[in-house]
Amino acid sequence: MPKKLKAKGREFLLALLQEEQEKNGHISDQFIGQTAKSIGLSISEVYGVATFYHLLSIKPLGRNVIRVCKCIPCYLKSSQLVVETIQEELGIAPGETTLDGRFSLQLTNCIGACDQAPAMLLNHDLHGCLTPVKIVKILEAYP
Amino acid sequence: MPVKRIVLKNCQVIDPRDINTYLEQDGFKALNQALGMTPEAVIAEVKASSLRGRGGAGFPCGLKWELARKSTGAEKYLICNADEGEVGTFKDRYILQHDPFTLIEAMAIAAYALSAKQAFIYLRAEYHYLLKGLVDAIDQVKAKGFLTHLNIGIREGAGAYICGEESALMDSIEGKRGEARFKPPYPPSKGLWGKPTVINNVETLMNIPAILLNGAQWFNQIGTEKSKGTKVFSVSGDVAKPGVCEFVMGSRLDEIVVDWAHAQDIKMVQVGGATGGIIPYSMIKTPLAFETVLGSGAVTVFDKSRDTLDFVSRTIEFLAEESCGKCTPCREGTEVMLEILGRMTKGDGQPEDIQTLEELSNIMSISSLCGLGQAASIPVMDTLKYFRNEYETRIKQSVFLRSLRGQQYQ
Repeated sequence: MPKKLKAKGREFLLALLQEEQEKNGHISDQFIGQTAKSIGLSISEVYGVATFYHLLSIKPLGRNVIRVCKCIPCYLKSSQLVVETIQEELGIAPGETTLDGRFSLQLTNCIGACDQAPAMLLNHDLHGCLTPVKIVKILEAYP
Repeated sequence: MPVKRIVLKNCQVIDPRDINTYLEQDGFKALNQALGMTPEAVIAEVKASSLRGRGGAGFPCGLKWELARKSTGAEKYLICNADEGEVGTFKDRYILQHDPFTLIEAMAIAAYALSAKQAFIYLRAEYHYLLKGLVDAIDQVKAKGFLTHLNIGIREGAGAYICGEESALMDSIEGKRGEARFKPPYPPSKGLWGKPTVINNVETLMNIPAILLNGAQWFNQIGTEKSKGTKVFSVSGDVAKPGVCEFVMGSRLDEIVVDWAHAQDIKMVQVGGATGGIIPYSMIKTPLAFETVLGSGAVTVFDKSRDTLDFVSRTIEFLAEESCGKCTPCREGTEVMLEILGRMTKGDGQPEDIQTLEELSNIMSISSLCGLGQAASIPVMDTLKYFRNEYETRIKQSVFLRSLRGQQYQ
């Protein structure tokens, strides 16, 4: 861990975890241990933060993470069809990762794109007004 | 009452990537005006405007500022709450996308009024794609010399609905789990790192430059007795034209969902997000304001093909997932409600379920730590009020289904 972060302390814990998530696709036990030691917190506290937020994961995720919105406005616009299309296309159910590690599929709560329902986030990109045809094309763009 | 643009005045008028287009629309005039006034006079103007918080709770903005200003301590913080996690709400996303400059100007004014040197924008992680535009806008404002008195930092969330609640939001900025705090103390006296802090929603702040330029009296003439100004609504669900619109406070629900969004065959509308109130079609002319129902301004329309219990059970599932777990009534209450509603939707309801839901609702609303638990039962109670027959039918069906399986009543 860079020394400057070490000095900054607790305020940057969440940012550190986000950075690790971004870089390695998940937050490992080892990273939790190291971080706890370097900021002077207990492992339990760091673990508590790492498991509190939906976008952080202690399990390895694929290179690309698909987050399909499952909240009411998207549900009213058949978000289930989005999930089914992806499931068929990639052969994975929500919570799973493809064998080649290319995609993880997750269901998420409201992503604030209800005017473009049904919508999903692919990594940090927003994709709205989804249809099965559109979804297949979108997936192709994420190697 | 008509559409009126105060908050969205510059949206799709200016180029959000170019500060010069904002300056052409009287940009930073309000800040210059404020800097010529005393901080107390700025607060007095905002107080006189009767502006109330637009995030959902409706707390008087000027009073919040005054409380923080009067709190002792040299270090004070301003936080802009851009953790728009409320289900069906996307107005702040629209604002951040189309007019970041008014928000930054408003923050500069607020920080001057509070004598805060450090401000934060807490941006939800799901809006990461807005980060670059926002940083760029702040840099442009800085380059023009408008932020000499203030440093604006952006802190990103990591996916937690509860972090829209102000005390959980502060814990998150402090690098902790985003759990609601016990109150008092309230943020204006003890907030971020224990220092006096003002937390304002994006939309609340967006009103500030217009209030200073046009005067509190002008603002006071718009809206209803207890709800001044306009409200930005996020309209979604069973409508032909979903989107963001701005109406004068007190506008009728049908003006928004029927006239503006062209909804048909309406069964009910939920106003205010996951914990928002339910308005059945028979009450579609309800005026929307703090006096009636408003919340975050999420307007989700359900047509006649929708099943009430399916909707309520999904809503409670969301709240159970997003409960931070700190207080028992909310953590356990939402789980038990979900268990009951889940059974009901699967045809396994019990005659006493309705009574249990009502008792739980009462306990949760009076004893939960924050707004999530306090308001979690609103959709349950409201649908029990307006669509009770659907609950009763489901229970009767459950009894019948069990009899077919040869099971006893229990």
